Amino acid sequence: MPAYTAPLRDFAFVLNELIKVQEIVPTLPGYAEATEDVYASYLEAAAKFCESELAPINRSGDEAGCVFNPADHSVTTPDGFAAAYQQYCELGFPGLDCDPAYGGQGMPKTLAFPVMEMLTSSNVAWSMYPGLSHGAYAAIHAHGTDEQKDAYLPQLVSGEWTGTMCLTEPHCGTDLGLLKSRAEPNGDGSYAISGTKIFISAGEHDLADNIIHLVLARLPDAPKDVKGISLFIVPKFHTDASRNDVFCGSLEHKMGIKANATAVLNFDGAKGYLIGEPNKGLACMFTMMNAARLGCGMQGLGLGEASFQGSLAYAKDRLQMRASNGPAFPEKSADPIIVHPDVRRMLLTQKAYTEAGRALTALLALQLDIEEKHPDADQRKEAADLVALLTPVAKAFMTDNGYIATNLGMQVFGGHGFIREWGMEQLVRDCRISQIYEGTNGIQALDLIGRKVLLDQGQKLRKFSGMVVAFCKAQEGDERMREFVEPLMKLLKDTGELTMHIGMAAMKNRDEAGAAATDYLRVIGHVTYAWLWARMAKVAFDQGDAADPFYQAKITTARFYFAKLLPEVHGLMVSIKSGAAPLMTLDAEHFAFQ
Amino acid sequence: MKALVAVKRVVDYNVKVRVKADGSDVDIANVKMSMNPFDEIAVEEAVRLKEAGKVSEIVVVSLGVKQCEETLRTALAMGADRAVHVETDAELQPLAVAKLLKAVADKEQPSIAILGKQAIDDDANQTGQMLAALLGWGQGTFASKVELNAETATVTREVDGGLETVKLALPVVITADLRLNEPRYVKLPNIMAAKKKPLDKLSPADLGVDIAPRLKTLKVAEPAKRSAGIKVANAAELVAKLKNDAKVL
Repeated sequence: MPAYTAPLRDFAFVLNELIKVQEIVPTLPGYAEATEDVYASYLEAAAKFCESELAPINRSGDEAGCVFNPADHSVTTPDGFAAAYQQYCELGFPGLDCDPAYGGQGMPKTLAFPVMEMLTSSNVAWSMYPGLSHGAYAAIHAHGTDEQKDAYLPQLVSGEWTGTMCLTEPHCGTDLGLLKSRAEPNGDGSYAISGTKIFISAGEHDLADNIIHLVLARLPDAPKDVKGISLFIVPKFHTDASRNDVFCGSLEHKMGIKANATAVLNFDGAKGYLIGEPNKGLACMFTMMNAARLGCGMQGLGLGEASFQGSLAYAKDRLQMRASNGPAFPEKSADPIIVHPDVRRMLLTQKAYTEAGRALTALLALQLDIEEKHPDADQRKEAADLVALLTPVAKAFMTDNGYIATNLGMQVFGGHGFIREWGMEQLVRDCRISQIYEGTNGIQALDLIGRKVLLDQGQKLRKFSGMVVAFCKAQEGDERMREFVEPLMKLLKDTGELTMHIGMAAMKNRDEAGAAATDYLRVIGHVTYAWLWARMAKVAFDQGDAADPFYQAKITTARFYFAKLLPEVHGLMVSIKSGAAPLMTLDAEHFAFQ
Repeated sequence: MKALVAVKRVVDYNVKVRVKADGSDVDIANVKMSMNPFDEIAVEEAVRLKEAGKVSEIVVVSLGVKQCEETLRTALAMGADRAVHVETDAELQPLAVAKLLKAVADKEQPSIAILGKQAIDDDANQTGQMLAALLGWGQGTFASKVELNAETATVTREVDGGLETVKLALPVVITADLRLNEPRYVKLPNIMAAKKKPLDKLSPADLGVDIAPRLKTLKVAEPAKRSAGIKVANAAELVAKLKNDAKVL
């Protein structure tokens, strides 16, 4: 298993020098104490825990997996998982960014997200147990009655109980309108919930005393589609400690995140409590969807980072062949493979995607902090718009790139990458699901082109482009920045035209939007990363310490990004402009012949 | 009973240090700094003694640049009660550190002073011993176990031949070895709590201590790079080479 060292220097760079959270966050109500030294102390404490406690049980957890015990419907998590969770709770991690009214520490997202990245890098399967709890916390906090909040939040904040989000059913995943689980009134204000939920992450385990399931189900006379879905709190154990009728039926056998229990949950008249308004369940769930999707995107980021650390160490250590232009280390039997251009291509791709992803995450975390706390409604709206636009981009682009990065990390190891004990193939397998769940990346692409761009006539996109243009304009006269600003301005212009082109085509044929969606999201992803790399280069140019190789490496990586990764947009644009016909022409019956 | 614990800010143990181009020192610009690991063990021991009801107050002290405050805050978050920062940008050698600590001890009047056995940057392993001598206190260095009573401290020391147990009259200086304990993780809420604990600032001049270096560093160099080895055919050739080439036999 590659050793994990938290990228604290890069966190500090991104938070303090690039996104400059200190200019905004401590001015927001409730965050006065979130000063730079507090961020540093928290991140250091989290780094220690992740490096020393979570990373060492990552591979053993993958090997052991979770075990389902049919006799009592219980699940046993791998060795060390429960102890690490216990410690995590004692150290106060579950309440990091939770409401102080319920025992939380009330820290901003700009602090919570880097912590999440470290959890993900060191042990993504483990990180999902508290991750799902946080989702349940957020839902109850946003939509629960005071009574419900008092009943469930303190235990979720302390970590004494965990939570789940129960959406998917055997016949419906993406299209929740097909949902069948029923909720019958018991006559005492509670409901009897019946149905089967599948793919429930952290659905059953031995880490905590109780599990609070948040379940989507239909009331008796609810409308048939998505407008007839309500949200219910269904605890595994009632407040009087009696067992509720919700039981784990089995665990899925998965490609990755094997140490996280992906449960089938059977609700057999389980007692549940309505949360939020009847038939508004989906809306309740969606209030925390942005944060959940960003969290999912960060799995691509975190696993890419873990893989990069492994492949970088290996590339410096592994001696094979000589550098093309003569031995770099004549005294050794061969040169370390980092001398070879193709190995450098792989390492730099990992580095460039990972560091830009970290920057994007911090940028969006800051918008979430502003959206939640800023006293000015316009500022909140601006932030919310940017989050809405870039959330599908962050989710899909970061997980796709995470998959690219983990796969390259495995490739750097050659045959050893394919061998389990090196730990590199686990990162690929663990990353793969992030492209699928929390809305597949295809769905993210449709969300971007449809709801976020075309449906609002490109308003959010224009605002975003305006920010990028403003950045470019501000660099006028700075000769050092020309190599970044010129291609970025050209790319913005092309992207604007491309968006118009898709919009026009989609007016005649809706399939045109669907056909363009995935390529289009990748274009917007590249625009975003190019902007962030240009900004990082700017910070590096301006900081003035020429002796510090950290900044020089930022500039060099920005150049790599513009030269070697960004040109992908040209191919994507050609593909988009070829339209829907190449996809839609082939008759479904003619895809294969016997 | 009051405990005084000294903590030093050093280059993090994970960092591979480089020598400055002019050979004057190790380059610590933009390098991750942390609390000296042996000092962390010293803080942990004090906190455990407090939790066991043997110690009533823990004062942590650090000497050096402004950023030592961060190291002190970490110690406060681990459970120390208050901090003293003797701020100076000047180079501090073990004797100066011991004199400054003595001055702080004179003010604070602790019954027990706990230090790391050495700092991982200069590895001097002198400060605790010098401090005990300056104070005229007993010393229990390289401690792997500490039992504190009202009048005495029983300290198990890691010495070359094994373990040695000494009984010392209080007040006493103890220096922590690696196996004394395993320092705890900082609880997150304690980070904010630590910010509210008192941190007093002093200067070497306030304490009336002359910190002028007595030692001069002539040159700092990296260890010589290992050259490639050779394979010998048999034991006889090995012995011959050790005799004739290496001249170690």
